[in-house]
Amino acid sequence: MKPKEKQNTVELYYMEARAKLIDIAAFMDRVERDGFTDDFRYKAFKDALRELDSENRAQAVLLSLSDPTEELIPFATTKAACGAWPDKP
Amino acid sequence: MRYIEPHAHMVSRTTDDYMAMVTAGCKAVCEPAFWAGFDRSSAHGFYDYFCQLTDYEPKRAAKFGLPHFSWLCINPKESEDVKLADEVIALIPEFLKRDNVLGIGEIGLNKNSRNEMTVLEKHVNVAAENDQLILVHTPHLEDKRKGTQLIVDLIKSDSRIDPGKVLIDHVEEHTAKYVMDAGFWGGLTLYPESKCTSARAIDILENFGSERLWMNSACDWGVSVPLAVPYAAHEMRRRGYDDDAIDQVFYRNPVKFLSQCPNFTVR
Repeated sequence: MKPKEKQNTVELYYMEARAKLIDIAAFMDRVERDGFTDDFRYKAFKDALRELDSENRAQAVLLSLSDPTEELIPFATTKAACGAWPDKP
Repeated sequence: MRYIEPHAHMVSRTTDDYMAMVTAGCKAVCEPAFWAGFDRSSAHGFYDYFCQLTDYEPKRAAKFGLPHFSWLCINPKESEDVKLADEVIALIPEFLKRDNVLGIGEIGLNKNSRNEMTVLEKHVNVAAENDQLILVHTPHLEDKRKGTQLIVDLIKSDSRIDPGKVLIDHVEEHTAKYVMDAGFWGGLTLYPESKCTSARAIDILENFGSERLWMNSACDWGVSVPLAVPYAAHEMRRRGYDDDAIDQVFYRNPVKFLSQCPNFTVR
């Protein structure tokens, strides 16, 4: 699916993306300032940032934050997801 | 514009939301059975909930001129208790006779556990035995990739199920291809943080095709936006899409899938 009138996507999305980029930078500053860099979610977050150099960046970031295993777990101990795979080495 | 809201938990929403949706052009709303935010203590709680979905909520929606349809199941978040799930699943065939029921949903996986898979298989069996449409919930965040593949592989292996009568919901960039390549329909859920933004949902339409995809708000009792669907339509317009393309994604696509159920009619 493609639009009949293609727009300039930088024009459309630059300011929004710029704001999100600065929010990420500020988040990282905040975590490091407050000493929570050992949190597995923050480590996963930093790993996922490396995927910005890849092709299909959105997919690569999502996969980086995903459980890569294939087997069912014995039973669910929680209902919620946390956004990063806790067992990532 | 006109649109269908194919996934909204309206029992958790206010009459103001109904008013806003109708004003924005909503022509029908479809409500899958969901987790209440707490575990129900018995199958009696589900009996009452199914009555709410098939009797009371359609009447509440009708006050705003909005046709209301529902899907029935025990949600995967409550699937660890297989005995309870068996009792709830036994209730479903009787409710399938009600006029606003579209099929079995939203079934699926949450944390990808063995009991969740057992209960998913039981739901799929009910759908097959009663020739019902299926709406599937895929897991959240880090559990989505694995869960989506497990779900797709299970349903694909059941020769009784036509993939064209199954919609796998909450797809994202890393799961859309697996779902679409297997012949299923896909759902894009518009959430502020934990699923797709409008811009990403439109990216997925552009990358994976728009023939078998719909968008929904999945608005419920959590952080969600009841008007997310018309907001996404506005985003498509900003990107240069014309009225016909928008009508296809937000009206004709859901109508095409849902019309496979004889109970679904829209003016």
